[in-house]
Amino acid sequence: MQLWLIPTFPLAGFLINGIFGRRFSKSLVNTVAIGSVLLSFLWVLKTVLALGDLNTAHLEHYFTWIQSGVPGGNHYINIGCDFAIDRLTVVMLFVVTGIGSLIHIYSIGYMAHEHGPNFGGYYRFFAYLNLFMFFMLVLVLGASYLLLFVGWEGVGLCSYLLIGFYFDKKFATTAGNKAFIVNRIGDFGFSLAMFYIFINFGSLDFDKVFHQAASAPEWVLTTIGLLLMVGACGKSAQIPLYIWLPDAMAGPTPVSALIHAATMVTAGVYMTARSWVIYTHAPGAMDVIAIVGIATAFMAATIGLAQTDIKKVFAYSTVSQLGYMFVGVGSGAFSAGVYHLMTHAFFKALLFLGAGSVIHALSGEQDMRNMGGLRKKIPITFWTMCCAWVAISGIPPFSGFFSKDAILLAAYQHSPAIYWIGVLTAGLTAFYVSRAMFMTFFGAYRGKAHPHESPAVMWVPLAILAALSLFGGMLFKIPEFLKASFPAEAEVENPMLMYISVAAGLSGIAIAYIMYLAKTGMADSLARTFSAPYRLIYNKYFVDEIYDATVVNPILGGSRIVLWKGIDSGVIDGLANGIASRCRDVGGILRLLQSGSIRSYASWILFGGVVLIVAMGLFGGLPR
Amino acid sequence: MMTAVPISWFLTLSAILFALGVAGFLFRRNIITVFMSIELMLNAVNLSFVTFSYQHKEVAGHLFTFFVMVVAAAEAAVGLAIILTVFKNRSTLNIDDVNSMKN
Amino acid sequence: MNLLLTVLFLPLAAFILALAIPRSTEERASRLWALVSSLGIFVASLGLLAYFNPALSSEQFVTDVPWIGTPNIHFAISVNGVSLWLILLSTFLTPICVLVSWNAIKDRAKEFYAFLLLLEFGLIGVFLAQDLFLFYVFWEVCLVPMYFLIGIWGHGRRIYAAVKFFLFTMAGSVLMLAAIIFIYNKTATFSYPAILSMLASGRLVFPPQEQLILFLAFFVAFAIKVPLFPLHTWLPDAHVEAPTAGSIMLAGVMLKMGTYGLFHFCLPLFPSAARACAPWICILAIIGIIYGSLVALVQPNMKKLVAYTSVAHLGFVVLGIFTFTQPGLDGAVYQMLNHGVSTGALFLIVGILYERRHSLEISDYGGVATVAPWLSTAFLITTLASIGLPTLNNFVGEFLVLQGAAIANFSWAVWASLGVILSACYMLWMYQRVFYGETAHEVRAHVPDLSPREWAAILPLIVMMVWMGIYSQSFLAPVGKTTALVLDQTTKNVPTRVQLPVHNPSAEVAHVR
Repeated sequence: MQLWLIPTFPLAGFLINGIFGRRFSKSLVNTVAIGSVLLSFLWVLKTVLALGDLNTAHLEHYFTWIQSGVPGGNHYINIGCDFAIDRLTVVMLFVVTGIGSLIHIYSIGYMAHEHGPNFGGYYRFFAYLNLFMFFMLVLVLGASYLLLFVGWEGVGLCSYLLIGFYFDKKFATTAGNKAFIVNRIGDFGFSLAMFYIFINFGSLDFDKVFHQAASAPEWVLTTIGLLLMVGACGKSAQIPLYIWLPDAMAGPTPVSALIHAATMVTAGVYMTARSWVIYTHAPGAMDVIAIVGIATAFMAATIGLAQTDIKKVFAYSTVSQLGYMFVGVGSGAFSAGVYHLMTHAFFKALLFLGAGSVIHALSGEQDMRNMGGLRKKIPITFWTMCCAWVAISGIPPFSGFFSKDAILLAAYQHSPAIYWIGVLTAGLTAFYVSRAMFMTFFGAYRGKAHPHESPAVMWVPLAILAALSLFGGMLFKIPEFLKASFPAEAEVENPMLMYISVAAGLSGIAIAYIMYLAKTGMADSLARTFSAPYRLIYNKYFVDEIYDATVVNPILGGSRIVLWKGIDSGVIDGLANGIASRCRDVGGILRLLQSGSIRSYASWILFGGVVLIVAMGLFGGLPR
Repeated sequence: MMTAVPISWFLTLSAILFALGVAGFLFRRNIITVFMSIELMLNAVNLSFVTFSYQHKEVAGHLFTFFVMVVAAAEAAVGLAIILTVFKNRSTLNIDDVNSMKN
Repeated sequence: MNLLLTVLFLPLAAFILALAIPRSTEERASRLWALVSSLGIFVASLGLLAYFNPALSSEQFVTDVPWIGTPNIHFAISVNGVSLWLILLSTFLTPICVLVSWNAIKDRAKEFYAFLLLLEFGLIGVFLAQDLFLFYVFWEVCLVPMYFLIGIWGHGRRIYAAVKFFLFTMAGSVLMLAAIIFIYNKTATFSYPAILSMLASGRLVFPPQEQLILFLAFFVAFAIKVPLFPLHTWLPDAHVEAPTAGSIMLAGVMLKMGTYGLFHFCLPLFPSAARACAPWICILAIIGIIYGSLVALVQPNMKKLVAYTSVAHLGFVVLGIFTFTQPGLDGAVYQMLNHGVSTGALFLIVGILYERRHSLEISDYGGVATVAPWLSTAFLITTLASIGLPTLNNFVGEFLVLQGAAIANFSWAVWASLGVILSACYMLWMYQRVFYGETAHEVRAHVPDLSPREWAAILPLIVMMVWMGIYSQSFLAPVGKTTALVLDQTTKNVPTRVQLPVHNPSAEVAHVR
């Protein structure tokens, strides 16, 4: 079915724009970039239609990538360039290419006035976006852990490049580095997991691994599961590796929407869902995932309460929602996790693109304290963002409600404690999104710039995403679509739980309404009353500072002072130079003999001769 | 029949001559004297070569002597030429003053 | 005409002809001659590749003629699946070195290019020699031109660096010479295949104690060259002071003399001593990986930084060799080639930057990406290759090495993988400080983008990085045959089990296969 064409289109787009883009006009760059992504979307559509129900995976082998040893021999490694497609992949493919296409189109408008460093960054931006699409599609299509890892690292690279897109700004490139390095820490776990999988199963291909996994000892699977989870924590921004995602907002807003909300960051959830065979046999690892997920969801939500940068609010919201997805997959509700992945892609991409539209309208302003009253000035942006608002707040029957409800239902069966924290988080989520909406669109305008509505090329994608946010949950019933892909989940109806979570969402909105619209002074006075906790969450629990103090600075200082100056220059070179200078000292003494005066040499010869003769006399002749 | 001079006399003479050469080489400052001392040492050795050659009825000792004489002659030719040039350039024959190769 | 002899002696002939270039036209004529001849040699070595039979694991193109009667020294050369690639690496990098020195070397250009060709001759010889004495001769032949390349055309402290390089290497190789002579006294031959067949048939046995000492003598010589922690301190100094071409050859090929020696001589000759020492060597290699990365992190000088990354990368190679697993050995060999390509490219671009800005200090740069986008792109690709991004070359090697390490002892893989994290830290941090940020006036004025000549030097390297990263089978297939043979020799030639004097429980792990 030529699956390879799906990622190849964006790759070609990347190569064309990357190599020749500087000489292209903007419209030509647009054509290449968007054309390639749309082609890829259409090819996905065609493939899915052609392949039918896809209850079993369709696998295609292209060439051998890495091979070591002989077939049947000891430690035979054979990694093929294989792509596979099944129902889970189909969901991911549509999310990636669909939302990817929309965001590409939106970027035309957003980046129109972009004069980044380096002769205008326009072509560079689209080239990177296309490269991202390529790697993301490889990640989704790869039929082995190593191929998944290729995409995994590749999307990390593109994330690095796009976060540091404004590379003359130090904060942007630092954020890029932080994203790459923190992801590398996660990849450390992922690669160890792969090594461990290979040792135990002799292969990295999904079908071979999962075939054997069910019969493997539980501790092996738990180890693999936990190591994989470390990787997922890095990519999907979970505790303790979530710190890169908020900083990643230094990139252009479409990037935040595509990479840091809709697609790349959900790769960890995808990978966990993909490895469901391992996880279902490793309940310990599942518990850890659920706990990490709920802790992240709650913590990030609290941080989101106090942020004033509109993109930071949504960034912490993304971290929090990813936590939800982890709760879903950690509770065994893999399809619910993927369901939330999809709806979240709709509404969070919309929120970010809307925020981008706001920022665009205000010519770069991101601080919500300088916004307000924009409802009238940019109505299309306002109404589309409202759709995302109701979706993320979990108001039925909009998309977020279905997926969140599915996750919370599964969590309740797993552990009521997780459920209650999840409900609390749902309330907090509704609160901070409402807060952002009220501060941005309601009240009086507090800024200086003259807001203007975005062009059609930007609001049309917003409108499509708005429709998806509202009705996507109803239209695409992922749990039913993926029913055959995952182990059967017990069908439980518990309307009470549903009412509680909806109530939490509504009360979050209500409280935000009271604090930020009805009684405008209340938020500030509350912040003053509870100044210590407020400062704590305003400063994001000081996690970055703690990491700097406990990890980064000791490593840098220790490397410089102890390893380089101490061991390298001091001990090792000191030893080598010490031997050399001892030799020189000895030479310095012996050198006195070499006076350069022939007569002193002759005297020494005479002296030596005499000593020899005397010695021969004493010891009786020549030595034998 | 005249009694032969004992071998040891020749050798003692040779040793005395050699010692005189060494002493001259070490303690004199004049280059010509040093040069003559070297010749003296060579000839002392020649004497002992001839002596041993006579003692062992071997011709090799004579041969060596001739070699030494040839070398000494060549050396005298080159050496004296050098000494002459040194004297022309420096107007001195004191060996301690001719040390420009050092340092 | 024997193709292998042609490949070996063409550089020597080119060297002699280069010396004959008259003084009056020396700069233009000698660099042109060096380029033409080194390209010719490269083409000749491609012929070697064409006629090499990848299905065979044995030595090919065997040439063996008596050279010196007493002692019994033969001029014996041949090529196997590993040395083939290392020779190609040498012949591939030499024209690139000529291109990058085109304008940088102004005075005594004739001697410079002559030494470069002589170096190529020595390197090819080292990888071909099948006679221990001949190997030693070529080993030392390589030393001399590199000594002069650093000592004459280097930077400020070049004499210190050249002498340090010479003495460190010499100290090791003297031990190796002693061991070679000892083996000769025992076997009456320097012929490596003959010694191996004696070992295989049991006619030659190294008793444990003796084997351990001989192994260590060889090992120290090779470990200094690699360089393995803690014998590495000559490398940063040599790299910082060396001219660009010297750095490329030093990092690209000369360091592989050490790892090739470990692989080709140490393992088959002294298998049980090697196995007994393997845990300790692997620990040293892992220390080297982490230590080199950490020290690289805090270097203020670009070349020194890249030099320390070499310590880390070569740590992976040594780790792979001493895992005694098929993936580990394959990965180690692949990593040798990868390191030659990607670190060669790193030094190449650092050299290009130096030619423009006349500084190696990271703090003197910043914002290069604004004024020289293609240069920055090339460096970015090289950086990504160096930190092991999948689809680029280093990833394949690192994956195989770490997989091999994981098979031998999982904790080794855990520790060595830390180096992968750190590699991202130091390379990206350097990249940020050099290429990103505000463009300083000095940089804006002096750093133009790549010239066509520089493109010609860097593009082949980038093509190789992508090719080796995506289609590793074109390289790994012949490698696998040879590594399998060596692995086989290390299991068969073990009549006596060497025990280290101190009881070492982790030694047992290396025997578990």
